Amino acid sequence: MAKLSLKSTKNQYLISFLSVAIVSLLCLLVRDVIDYKVVGYLLLVVVSLLAIFLEIKAVLLGAILSVLALDYFFIKPYYTLHIDSAEDALLLILFFIIALINAVLTNKFRIMQRAIQIRETRTNTLKLYNTLLDSLSHELRTPIAAIIGSIDTLQQKNVNLSPETQQKLQNEIEKASMKLNYQVENLLNMSRLESGYIYPKLDWCDVKEIIYNVCDRLKEETRDHKITYEIDDKLPLFKLDYGLMEQIVYNLVYNATQHTPIGAHITISAKYEVDADYDSHIDLIKKCVITISDDGYGFPPEEIDKAFDKFYRFKEAKTGGTGLGLSIVKGFTEAQNGIITLSNAEEGGAVFELTFTVDCLPINSLDNE
Amino acid sequence: MNNGFSILVIDDEAQIRKLLEISLEANDYKVLFAVSGKEGITMSASHQPDLILLDLGLPDEDGQVILKKLREWYQNPIIILSVKSAEEEIVKALDSGANDYLTKPFRTQELLARIRTAMRNKTTVNNELTTIFGNCSVDFASRIVKANDEIIKLTATEYNLLALLIKNDGRVLTHQYILKEIWGQSYADQTQYLRVFVAQLRKKIEEDANRPKFIITESGVGYRFNSG
Repeated sequence: MAKLSLKSTKNQYLISFLSVAIVSLLCLLVRDVIDYKVVGYLLLVVVSLLAIFLEIKAVLLGAILSVLALDYFFIKPYYTLHIDSAEDALLLILFFIIALINAVLTNKFRIMQRAIQIRETRTNTLKLYNTLLDSLSHELRTPIAAIIGSIDTLQQKNVNLSPETQQKLQNEIEKASMKLNYQVENLLNMSRLESGYIYPKLDWCDVKEIIYNVCDRLKEETRDHKITYEIDDKLPLFKLDYGLMEQIVYNLVYNATQHTPIGAHITISAKYEVDADYDSHIDLIKKCVITISDDGYGFPPEEIDKAFDKFYRFKEAKTGGTGLGLSIVKGFTEAQNGIITLSNAEEGGAVFELTFTVDCLPINSLDNE
Repeated sequence: MNNGFSILVIDDEAQIRKLLEISLEANDYKVLFAVSGKEGITMSASHQPDLILLDLGLPDEDGQVILKKLREWYQNPIIILSVKSAEEEIVKALDSGANDYLTKPFRTQELLARIRTAMRNKTTVNNELTTIFGNCSVDFASRIVKANDEIIKLTATEYNLLALLIKNDGRVLTHQYILKEIWGQSYADQTQYLRVFVAQLRKKIEEDANRPKFIITESGVGYRFNSG
């Protein structure tokens, strides 16, 4: 009974019928002790309760069944639908009307509530959309403005630019294009996640290689930061999606470079954990744990829960961001059945921890050919 | 001014064609254009270009189909242009005979380097008995590999892997191709062997195995040897 879904109409009718039947049966057992008016009230309570949980048609069925049960089993003469006194007839009619009013009112109330909910969702969507537009237009327009501005200066005919200035402007164009590319990449990834288009292609991954590879690509961005690697030399191969893992590490390290002061330390660690699985006595559960931490400002404690929310930007955030980077990290991690947590270190700074419970293969198992 | 090489660009995007025209002509290549797969096939038959740059996302026909049709008779290098995060497409194209690939947006310097590599591999057959890269040298006759004039001990598989990569200098080799060549057909999906042996080989020949200069990982596709 407890697992009956309220969504199917058939189940709704069934619940309605069973509730009235059970209460009627219980009352039948004690018919000689209690007055039939009490039974009437009891059934009214049942119908009112049904009105709260069920659709109107199922409630109507309950009301009609209650009237019939009351008349057939509890109003004398028993076991006929015949009614002797006008008083009892009136009682039955009133019973039916009250049950109906209950059902209709509850239903109306519920429809109103639903309308309010829809309106609220719409307002929220609109708000989210505005936030998205705000941050997007900022994040996309800034590099575009830099590109157009630099090119305009380079094309000025009456000004002689020194080769150094020209070089500087070209560097600005390059930086802005790369930033634009990163944001577009994030948007595309977000839409991949949203459309459920992500099917992880799991294959043996050298996590150490991924981390070094990504940090090499982020050479420019990490120039003013100190990166420390704490990677277990015996780290096994794990069954993960190479491309998704690259994007996860990229976004987390990039994020750290953007939101910590110059000279901050970023520590990337990768290790494996072995838990004994006591049920099977043989298999060991292997986990790949990747931690990316920094000694920056950390996250404001009251907002830390929202860090992975789409389009969420911290109130005090100084640097830009679309609020997409971290939500993509979360989406990609969960697509590989991983868990991501974020906390502030005691000594300050943010700590992102990724845990994947996946198949692994110790590297030395293949050593001997 | 012309270095004698002609390149056929098959791409429907006018802006990309313009960019390629400027960059390639500035480097003395003769550039031909086709805006659709059909035109690309006709042009390549009539002009016999030395190299083809093929965009996989063409309006009239799937780039993969065009590639297969071209490879029925066209022997010269074909470099694929593709969008990012389409590793499976890229692997498929490489397996169908494409020589190399670039993902958009690509750097022009990178494109030119790839073109030069493809041209070099086309004109010179790598039959040399010794190869030198960085501080390492490989003698193919005696199967001896040295780093800083000291002999490095490689297992047979490590040596075969290194030799295969060197023979295809500059060219990306897919995981499956390498596995089939070194370990055999039945190992085509056993990427763990490749990961482990590449890691071991890097420790022996790279100065910093974590920042390899010679054995480059092509994310989700394979490996490329880069002798510098």
